[in-house]
Amino acid sequence: MTRSLTIIYFAWVRERLGIEQERIALGEGVETIDDVLAMLMDRDPAYAEIFSDVGKLRFALDQDYGLPSSAIGSAGELAIFPPVTGG
Amino acid sequence: MIKIAVGREDFDIGAETLRVAGQGGGAIASFVGQVRDDGNLASLELEHYPAMTDKSLREIAETALSEWRLHAVTIVHRVGQLAVGDNIVLVVTGSDHRQAAIESCSFIMDRLKTVAPFWKKETRTDGATKWIEERASDVAASTKWKKQGK
Repeated sequence: MTRSLTIIYFAWVRERLGIEQERIALGEGVETIDDVLAMLMDRDPAYAEIFSDVGKLRFALDQDYGLPSSAIGSAGELAIFPPVTGG
Repeated sequence: MIKIAVGREDFDIGAETLRVAGQGGGAIASFVGQVRDDGNLASLELEHYPAMTDKSLREIAETALSEWRLHAVTIVHRVGQLAVGDNIVLVVTGSDHRQAAIESCSFIMDRLKTVAPFWKKETRTDGATKWIEERASDVAASTKWKKQGK
């Protein structure tokens, strides 16, 4: 069975990609956040530009912070956003 | 004991402070963050990740409750379009002693600024827009508590 993942974007990541969220099918061997980024960057150069510096991005899996090396596991939602600036 | 509120509407600082004071203790500390007038700021847009925001603020409040002897914690954060001088955030803590109230209030703000999923976009009076970037001093302030095991 193909696993799917909803990816949700915020702030300038959302603006530069021009989409708020999307649903992707996770291919064979796509296990970590890094793998998802690589898959998207392969698909479209627009992602490559935005995802090239992961140090400028933060990630959350099902609303908990994760690292690029974090496994997607059974998570249904991956959020990608810049460092937060609330308060 | 814990009150978390995130929304577009303004908050009543006096009413929120009294609500915390009514839950016991004689030491109430609060922090109010407003949109700063730095010369040519027209407005500020606050975006957030609704599914994560409440959970994140609640975790911060729970950490404060486990680290200090508190009777109540209130965190209110606004989102949407804000003007110069508008309220953005309110933290109120209530304890038996001032040190616990003040320290926990400071901890909550430091952690909130580096963890809670909010993003600010400023619009200048000439129409230029810019997403505000993370400040190293905010990261350092949050790390300082981590070094104390909080």
